[in-house]
Formats: sequence, structure tokens, C-alpha cells
Amino acid sequence: MMVRVRVPTPLRKFTNGADEVKAQGNTVRALVDDLENKFPGIKERICDETGKIRRFVNVYINGDDIRFLQNMETALKEGDAISIVPAIAGGRK
Amino acid sequence: MTLRLTPEQIERYSRQIMIPDVGGKGQIRVRQGRVLVIGAGGLGSPAAFYLAAAGIGTLGLVDYDRVELSNLQRQILHFTEDVGRQKVASAEEKLNRLNPEVEIRTLAVRLEERNATEILAAYDFIVDGSDNFATKFLVNDAAVALGKPFSHAGIVRLQGQTMTVIPGKSACYRCLFKGPPPPGEILSCQQAGILGAVAGTIGSIQATEAIKFFAGMEDDLLTDRLLIYDAKTLSFRTIEVQRDLGCAACGRKKGIKSTTAESSVEAGKPGS
Repeated sequence: MMVRVRVPTPLRKFTNGADEVKAQGNTVRALVDDLENKFPGIKERICDETGKIRRFVNVYINGDDIRFLQNMETALKEGDAISIVPAIAGGRK
Repeated sequence: MTLRLTPEQIERYSRQIMIPDVGGKGQIRVRQGRVLVIGAGGLGSPAAFYLAAAGIGTLGLVDYDRVELSNLQRQILHFTEDVGRQKVASAEEKLNRLNPEVEIRTLAVRLEERNATEILAAYDFIVDGSDNFATKFLVNDAAVALGKPFSHAGIVRLQGQTMTVIPGKSACYRCLFKGPPPPGEILSCQQAGILGAVAGTIGSIQATEAIKFFAGMEDDLLTDRLLIYDAKTLSFRTIEVQRDLGCAACGRKKGIKSTTAESSVEAGKPGS
């Protein structure tokens, strides 16, 4: 399944600045692995060492939070729009 | 309490009083409103500016920091001659000049677990303009525990996020994100940068939400939605946020008795 992935500002350094990329996978897990193949280093920013989505990162499929679906095992359909949304804070200095 | 607007107030606030959603009644409520702005920095500056201009009754400002030259690119309450000054003193002076009828209360302290409840309790609405995750989770947990509505926001580079929380009714920040990243995991503005005008856009939205809350538009707030602003592509989008019944702050199994001990390392650095 080819899907579109929106890349948040903090992860654009892995995608050469692209704010949206195409990637594939039948599940979120496979998609993240495909992203890692294409953009080495990105997986570590999305998943923790056990392979789960990090607690300060959310992944949405067509606007639905995968935590309320089947998490990493959530199935993807051709053309789905995936958003990766990390918490952002800012900095005072 | 009955309150009337003076002819001078009617003139000063005429452009917002004439908005049917505000009106004289809404303006009187704004005049009675008490807002706490956490951080007199990139987000807190525009938020406090617009709140004072709109005639908010009481405006509290918490920031322990002093003005630095690198702040001036976005922290519009502070001017060149303020470098080295306490941010809250600099902010108070400007806000008094803008609108002397707003009661400004300044607190040059660090917002921490031990004082958060006491500080937040005296206000009706909180604008979180802090710059670090520890403070953001601290504000969330304290505001949720007290039942105080608040506006959350974060900014980095050309992107901003904001969401309004009505405790007990809408999803809280911890429903959205379970907890803060480990310190150093995510770039700060100091490392990543921020465009001043992006902070201005998001801080202005925070002020808008506070004014709407008082003026009678409390059912039309940015609740259960995270607004994501990307200035690079100039796009705004919202993501639906669901209340998490297992949320440690506002869910059925509340696990957070005190606030964010897990990340006190960088706690209490307001200012963005």
C-alpha cells in the first residue's frame, strides 16, 4: 500500500526537508520500517527500543489516532494520509 | 456583581463590543476575567498584549527570567533598553502603558510543583506560554486538578501547535501525549530556532481563546482538537483529540497525585 506521510518539522532533517513523503506498508509497523529504509534514523524518533510508538509522538491515519485503532498493527489502505505529530515545546533562549 | 462600562470604556473597546458575539455583556465579563499568563516570552508576549488591550480585568504574569538580546526577535513585550531587566517588570511597564485599567500582577518566580496549585488557583483561565515539556505537563496536571480551563501551545522553527482544555469536559494535554520526552530528545528553540511571527500567531490564538471564554463563546473553543500551524506551507489543520479514559491526569484512574516528578529536570523554565 502506498500512502502519504506528513512529516513534522522536527523530523524533516531526515527527509531532506520534505514536509510530505510517500512510503509503503500494509500496517503502521511495516510503514515505519519502510520510512527507516528510505530515511535512516527516523524510526528511532518515532518508536522506542521495544518498537512501540513513543509516548510523546502520535500517529494518525486519515485523522484517527492509531492508539484507538490497532496501534502498530493497524492496517493501511492505498492512498491513506498518515500524520506523525510529536509534542513540541519551544525554547526561551 | 453589576458592572457598567464607562463612556470611555465603551469607546476604547467599541470595535469588539460591536461584534455580536461579544457585545456589552461580553465586554463586562472580559473586564471581570482573571487570566494567568505563564511565561512573558514568545507566546506570553502577544497573548498578554492582546489580553490587556482587550481589557481583561486581571492579568497575572509568571516568569523568573531576565530579558536577553536574543529574546527581542520574538518577545515583543521587551524592548532593546530592557536587556538585563526582569521580564515581568518589563512586561508590566508596557502593559500598564497600553491599558492602565488592567490589574497586572507579577510573579518573578519559577513555576514548580510546590507552588503551581497556589498560583493557578487565583485565576479563571490559564495561558501556557512556557517553553519546556516539564512545565507544560505541570500546568496541565495542576489546571486539571483545579478544574481551570487553559490554553496549551508549543512552537518550534516554523511550526506551532495549540489546544484549549476545559477540565472534565474536553481532552487534556496528557490525553494527547502521555508524557514528556526525555530531556535533550527534542530540540529547544535555542537549538532549533523559532520565527518570531510564528510565536505571535500562536500566542494571539491563545489570547483569542481566553477572550472567547469570558465573552460567552465558551462552547466554541479549540477543545478536543489540536491545531497545527505550519508557516512553511502556510497551512492550518486540526487533529481530533479524544479524551482518554485511562488518562493519568483527567481519566478515571487518575495516577498523577502530584505533578510531573518524572521530568523535573527541566521544570519551571517559562518564557518560550
